[in-house]
Amino acid sequence: MAELVPGTDLPFRTFAEGAACGEAVVSAEPISFAGEFDAATGVVTGRRSALRGECLTGRILVYPHGRGSSSTSSILAEALRRGTAPAAIVNVSVEHIIVVGALVAQKLFGTSLPIIAVAPELLDRLRSGDRLEIDTARGIFRYHA
Amino acid sequence: MKLTTEEQRMAAGERGEAVALAMSLLATLGERYDAPDMVPIKGAHVDGCIYRGDEEASLVFAERLAAAGARVAVPTTLSAGARDIERWRELRLPEAFAAGCRRMEQAYLSMGTVPAWTCAPYLHAAALRVGDQVAWAESNAIVYANTVIGARTARYGDFSDICAALIGRVPRFDLHVTENRVGRILVRCPAPALAGFDVADPATWSALGYALGALVPDGVPVLDGLPRSATPDQLKALCAALATSGNVALIHVVGVTPEAATREQALGGRQPARVIELGARDLEQAHATLSTSSGGAVDLVNIGCPHASFTEVERIADLLAGRPVAPSVQFWLKTNRAVYQRLERTPLLAALQAAGVTLLTDACIMAGHYYRYWPLRRVVTNSAKYAHYAPTGMRVETLFRSTAECVEAAVSGSVDG
Repeated sequence: MAELVPGTDLPFRTFAEGAACGEAVVSAEPISFAGEFDAATGVVTGRRSALRGECLTGRILVYPHGRGSSSTSSILAEALRRGTAPAAIVNVSVEHIIVVGALVAQKLFGTSLPIIAVAPELLDRLRSGDRLEIDTARGIFRYHA
Repeated sequence: MKLTTEEQRMAAGERGEAVALAMSLLATLGERYDAPDMVPIKGAHVDGCIYRGDEEASLVFAERLAAAGARVAVPTTLSAGARDIERWRELRLPEAFAAGCRRMEQAYLSMGTVPAWTCAPYLHAAALRVGDQVAWAESNAIVYANTVIGARTARYGDFSDICAALIGRVPRFDLHVTENRVGRILVRCPAPALAGFDVADPATWSALGYALGALVPDGVPVLDGLPRSATPDQLKALCAALATSGNVALIHVVGVTPEAATREQALGGRQPARVIELGARDLEQAHATLSTSSGGAVDLVNIGCPHASFTEVERIADLLAGRPVAPSVQFWLKTNRAVYQRLERTPLLAALQAAGVTLLTDACIMAGHYYRYWPLRRVVTNSAKYAHYAPTGMRVETLFRSTAECVEAAVSGSVDG
């Protein structure tokens, strides 16, 4: 598949509003925040996770979809409260429970976590370390480098 | 999204601050997923009641709702909390932790919820019928409600569960809609594929569910070939494991699921998008993945994830056959209060306790940070869900085994690799 050209705007759909700019961290496998992510440190702890040991704080987390426990919403909200959460989430299929986590954290703590959905093909073209920009209000999801 | 006049009043704050917050949250969610309107629900099961810390989002949210005078609009049960309310001292949990749990319990009880404190509310959910709309949280209960009862719930979780209970409605989306419940992926698991496994043992169904969730991580699978005589205990194990490894909220077990009397019905009369064969190798792979230890002395035998039914407890007593648990082993058998009360009226409870089994209620074992208070290194369990989460959540090595092998480990004090 063709390499992405810097400055390319990519199609997406918004599930939670917000803006973020940062480095991508990409997992080809599903991720669960519950039991496999430490909200105190922002580090992935799941023994079987491809991202084990990675700190997600401030990065744009890209993965196909979530899995597992319904505690996800409050763990994500808690990471947002502590400032350890990713800067944005990019999925193929967005679960309700992460949208709820972002919405509640916004209401309780005034935080922002943009969550967007993209086409499955795009997931294969993004790499950890890519520079991405999201601004849902302006309709932007941009690959920078 | 179209809201009724009453729903608009709720959103505008005419029914109080808590209802307004709940309505705006679920209306926003519905809009993001293109729900046309709201659908009334008959009940809710709330999982947001696990205490995690005084400042944490889940307690802040619960106390904010409670302070606003929130009351549930439909019958609402509470899932397992972070402590056994009767026995937390025996479990060495500190007073400060118990005090935090108490705050969480009081916040939810003040909203008029039912203190079931169980992750297996379906053991007593006979009032629910096929097609009933509900809002359930707790992944194993969600799959069970959709698959075994034939009730309709999306995957609710912390926050959205209590919001649905407060307004008595959910967005009309996801598995609340008939069309979205049609199976797309056919999984064949013919009886010979399970030869060599004890199909009667829920642990086999747990391994099966775990393997299946890894193969079909998303969507609605149709599982064909399993015995139609599947028991509630076997199905409970299947549902819990499936929800652990996969993002699945409904599985059509042909001949078992009310909406899947036949394979054709489960697939909505269409051809499956994919066909997958599930066999002995997948189960062996699940077993291998779920055991992080190569064997040796066992510190804890953990049964009851999800909470054990009366028949599961009976089976443990049968397998023990009067033998005592080895002094070096903790045997924690977790169930709900209704089962416990039934056990109290039989000789079983005293017999199990005399053998050295600790019966527990109310709690999720993963929430108590027991590694801080108990020297636990190696745990044997018949639950894929527990074996999946325990290495991180309880900082232990796991051995996933049949129920009979779990009991033998408890008696002998060790497990062969």
